Amino acid sequence: MAFELNGKTYETDEEGYLSNLGEWNSDVAAYMAKEDDCDLSENHWEVINFLREYYDEYQIAPAVRVLTKAIGKKLGKDKGNSKYLYELFPYGPAKQACKYAGLPKPTGCV
Amino acid sequence: MSETKKFMYINRHAPHGTVYAHEGLEVVLIGAAFEQDVCMAFIGDGVFQLKQDQDTSEAGMKNFSPAYRALGDYEVNKLYVERESLQERGLSEADLMPLTWEDEDDDWAEKPSIRVVSRAEMSDLLEEQDVILNF
Repeated sequence: MAFELNGKTYETDEEGYLSNLGEWNSDVAAYMAKEDDCDLSENHWEVINFLREYYDEYQIAPAVRVLTKAIGKKLGKDKGNSKYLYELFPYGPAKQACKYAGLPKPTGCV
Repeated sequence: MSETKKFMYINRHAPHGTVYAHEGLEVVLIGAAFEQDVCMAFIGDGVFQLKQDQDTSEAGMKNFSPAYRALGDYEVNKLYVERESLQERGLSEADLMPLTWEDEDDDWAEKPSIRVVSRAEMSDLLEEQDVILNF
C-alpha cells in the first residue's frame, strides 16, 4: 500500500504503518490522523514525540501497558492512565499513536 | 485467576546470523503481557546477544540489541548468563550491556537484571521451571 502527500509517495504496510521510518515528518502524521478523522492537538503530539524518542532509544514500539507506565513517569500520573490515552487515541493508544509516529506496529499487546 | 507458572526462555544463538535471537526476544516481549514468572537464560553463543556496542551496519541487519534494555519496562528482570559460556568465548560480565530494571516497590531503585551463574547453578534453574522455550 502507499499514499501520496505533497508530491511524494509513501509506502505503508497493509495496516497503514509507514514502511520506512526515515521518511517520516510531521505532515505525514497530520495526514494519517486526518484520514482517521482525528485532529492532532498538543496532547497528541506529546505522545507521538514520546514514542519516537522511545523507539530511537530501544528500537521497539512499546506495548500499551509499557507505554502507559512510561508516560506516567515522564509526563505525570494524570496522563499516564488508560482513560486519558484512549480519549486521545480511541483506536488504541499504542497502535494509533505508533502509526502517526511512523513506527511499526507495537510488539506485544496493543 | 489461573496459577502463575515459571517460564524460562533459553537463548543459544549469536544475535545476527540467524533470526533466533530477534524472534526469541519478540516472543519474550509479547509473552510479558501474560504476567507469568519469566526469566531468560543465555547459554553458549547466546551470550553474544548481550554484548555491548554491537554494530550491524556492515552486516545489513537491524541492530535490535537496544531492545534488551526495554526488558525491564516489561518486567522481565531475571537474565541468567552462564559464566562458563562467557569464559569459553573470552568474555566477562564487563563486556555485557549494563541492563537494569526499576523496582516499583523500592522507590523505583535501579537494579541490575543480569546475573552471571555457573553451569551447575544454571542446571538447577532449569530444574525449577514449569515451561522452557528454546531459541
